[in-house]
Amino acid sequence: MTKPLTIKNYQQESHLFTQRTIAVFCLVLLLTATLILRLSYLQVIHHKMYSTLSQKNVLNIIPIAPNRGLIYDRNGVMLAQNIAVFSLNIIPAKVKSIKNTLQALKKIIAIFPHDIKNFNRSLKQHHPFDPVPLKINLSEQELAKFYVNRYRFPGVVIQSKMLRKYPLGEEVSQIVGYVGRINANDLSKVNQVDYSASNYIGKTGIEKYYEDSLHGRVGVEEVEMNAAGRIVRHMKRTLPQPGNDLYLTIDSRLQSFCEKVLGADNGAIVIIQPSTGQILALVSTPSYDPNLFINGISHKDYETLLKSPGHPLFNRAIRGQYAPGSTIKPFIAIAGLDSGAITADSKIYDPGWFRLPETKHVYHDWKPYGHGWVNVTKAMIVSCDTFFYRLAVTLGMNVIDQMLSRFGFGNDTKIDMPEALSGLLPSPEWKRNTLGHSWYTGDTILTGIGQGYLLVTPLQLAIGAAIIAQRGAYFQPHLLLKFQRPDETVMAIPNIEEIPIVLQHPQVWDIVIHAMQGVITHSQGTAVGFGRHPPYTVAGKTGTAQVFGKQRDEERSRMNIPKKLRNNHLFIGFLPVNQPKIVMAVVVEHASAADSLARRISDFYLKNCSQQDDPK
Amino acid sequence: MNHPYLDNSYETRLKRKMSLVRWKNWHIDPLLSILLISLTLVGLFILYSASNENPEIIGKQVWHLLLAFTLMITAAQIPPRRYQQWAPSFFIMTLILLIAVLIIGKVGQGARRWIVFGPLRFQPSEMMRLALPMMLAWFLAEKPLPPSLKQLALCALILIAPVLLTAKQPDLGTAILIALSGVSLLLFAGISWKIVISFLSTGILTAPLLWHFMHHYQKERFLAFLNPDRDPLGSGYHIIQSKIAVGSGGWTGKGWLHGTQSHLSFLPAHTTDFIFAVAGEEFGLFGCSLVLLLFLTLFGRCLYLGTQAQNGFSRLLIGSLSLTFILSAFINIGMVIGILPVVGVPLPLISYGGSAMLVNMIGFGIIMSIHTHKKLYSS
Repeated sequence: MTKPLTIKNYQQESHLFTQRTIAVFCLVLLLTATLILRLSYLQVIHHKMYSTLSQKNVLNIIPIAPNRGLIYDRNGVMLAQNIAVFSLNIIPAKVKSIKNTLQALKKIIAIFPHDIKNFNRSLKQHHPFDPVPLKINLSEQELAKFYVNRYRFPGVVIQSKMLRKYPLGEEVSQIVGYVGRINANDLSKVNQVDYSASNYIGKTGIEKYYEDSLHGRVGVEEVEMNAAGRIVRHMKRTLPQPGNDLYLTIDSRLQSFCEKVLGADNGAIVIIQPSTGQILALVSTPSYDPNLFINGISHKDYETLLKSPGHPLFNRAIRGQYAPGSTIKPFIAIAGLDSGAITADSKIYDPGWFRLPETKHVYHDWKPYGHGWVNVTKAMIVSCDTFFYRLAVTLGMNVIDQMLSRFGFGNDTKIDMPEALSGLLPSPEWKRNTLGHSWYTGDTILTGIGQGYLLVTPLQLAIGAAIIAQRGAYFQPHLLLKFQRPDETVMAIPNIEEIPIVLQHPQVWDIVIHAMQGVITHSQGTAVGFGRHPPYTVAGKTGTAQVFGKQRDEERSRMNIPKKLRNNHLFIGFLPVNQPKIVMAVVVEHASAADSLARRISDFYLKNCSQQDDPK
Repeated sequence: MNHPYLDNSYETRLKRKMSLVRWKNWHIDPLLSILLISLTLVGLFILYSASNENPEIIGKQVWHLLLAFTLMITAAQIPPRRYQQWAPSFFIMTLILLIAVLIIGKVGQGARRWIVFGPLRFQPSEMMRLALPMMLAWFLAEKPLPPSLKQLALCALILIAPVLLTAKQPDLGTAILIALSGVSLLLFAGISWKIVISFLSTGILTAPLLWHFMHHYQKERFLAFLNPDRDPLGSGYHIIQSKIAVGSGGWTGKGWLHGTQSHLSFLPAHTTDFIFAVAGEEFGLFGCSLVLLLFLTLFGRCLYLGTQAQNGFSRLLIGSLSLTFILSAFINIGMVIGILPVVGVPLPLISYGGSAMLVNMIGFGIIMSIHTHKKLYSS
């Protein structure tokens, strides 16, 4: 075996090395070209895309919430305001030790275990440069204490937030409503950009209806942010535009008084200025405290409200649908007189009951042995049922429906509140379609005294009464008096007049109004509770609507039946008769004395409120 | 003309004096030094911006640079035959340290890389980047080239141990660089292109096949395996932000100190592995090309010096050191611009950090030593 001869050929190796060097250099040149190509691809061809991405990384647009418009009553009394609440926040990135800071803070401000629990939870959801709330709603004392010691707490900041507050609480909650946290459903109905910084949105009442006007426009701030979410530079700022301040037609004193007058009874009161349609008071009892809802009502509180027997969340004034009872009689009378079915002098004899020819069913009058000979005026004063049974039959349901509809019954009231109901104006078609039965004359008879299927809301009753008071002029009811823009310009809301009711015989108005005056002043007038001799002229009509039982004659021992089954008591009226300033509709559930409540309200209004409302 | 030795004019005396400070006497290659100084200065500029104008980091890096240049000059003074003599013992010592680091090494950034001797701490894996090519060059120096298959197998054996040990730390980046230094040395030793191409092609051909057979989560794991310690938050955040930085630079960049990706910390590791993205963002395609040109010129100069070397050891060592140097730069840049997976390879001479800088500069010192310790031949 011979080892192969290995001779190092230096010349050749040097040559080999040079060859390899050239090859390697070419390879490296190729790689460089690849890198340059790739760089060009990124930096030239796709430069625009990456440029945008880089901008997106850096530029953040922070929305600034506008201040919500305030709400006042007609006299400038605050109904909804924004108050600043202060919260204690910790910026984790700027605090050396969160634990030590908490310990030190505890010594000057009461911090409870649940605060710390919440804090720890939200700590995980925030960027390290975001302030994390530790305690919200600091008292002024706590605020002062903190500010004195502030130098000891770098990284602990106070932040202020606007919180909605309703100083009058439950007195106006049925009108103003409340705001609450925005949910996904709310967001789907509004311009989301405008609400990007807002915490609240109107949930009911005026707050909901005039949400657009109250909310204002969002402002934006362009900032440069680093990867940790810290604002590095402020670039451009567009200030938010606050919402409009609203002035409502409500007179909060009258509103409060009405609330007080109803007391513990469930009921509703609507007071309208008939010459304008402005609503002076709109009360529904029991009511609720709207301040509960602002930061999200607790489950327990909400349960309590829902289960409360009086249903405080239910706005009876616009959603309560009641049988109008005898308060419908003036409207039926107008239908009768205007159609010529009766005249002012047409008389009937009332034996205390009414029966359709060739039928057995007897319709009782509320007075067992009847009112004797009655004409339309007396029939209204004494609230004779028999007269109106007969009149209803004579007129027929179509004529009654036509006239009631002209007074707004069964129609949308067009009030500037969400969720108002329209009541029910029954007709043969309606009954066939919804109940599947044909219309009986008996149904017409009951409608004549405001029973049966007919349902009205207190607001509708007030509107109807206002039309009578104005002798046919019909103004849309509304709650917004004027609004003030952020630039201080004031826009008054014009009154909207609906098609007025023009009767064929205009003297009918006088007959009916005269009769309604008699309800108060006549010795036999039903409005005993109002008092026979008020120091002003009043026209009115009482009503009692049966809740329990269908027959008049079953209502004998009224006080022995449970309260929730007792009749509702109603009153409509206006004063003074010649130039009516207010029209009212009062509904008291399961209790009497709607007329006496009306008297107290009238007295109060004339004494305290009427001067301002006089045209100047 | 006067005889030179009789000439005592001012100019001649000055010339004679000047010859005392001639670069060769100091074993420094002026062109290479200028290139190194310009590249490190460019690096300092980029680092100043990348570190958010942090004087502390710049101070430390300047300190690293001073130390590195000193070591380079020192290394240049040692004649190449000494390196050749020391190569086996240096290699074995480094190998022992590499094994030691797995046992007594200090953990940093989730990997066991450091050996601490009192105030001194160093990474044996970085030392291996010099020790391995020296060892292989020593091994092949006296053998006829191109090497036989048996020699190649031995080379592979020498190569495989330090690569695996480094990968185990885990430090995939350095392991790749060590492997590259070995492979590039073999390339210069004249290993046949057939072997290179067949290795490359089988690798390229089987890789997609393997990939194809992997489940989604396995692919994810594979990607995570490529870089287990530098990408703990996973996914493509690093590379996306890096591409945004480079791409948003455009032709001329956003201007020095005006890069938003790095200044606002969107770009991760912007002083170390991803520093090239800062250059891309602030100086654009022109700036990037300039940096590439500097690297390329440096590489070219080294290769030229390699061709001037007088023996096999020197040639192979220069070839390996310079090719590894340029490839490590390309791997880093390729990773930053998203054509290579993210592995922890810093951009030589520019990324912040001491160890890699020192090793690279010692490498250049060795190259200078080889060039300046040549025996003079008479033609």
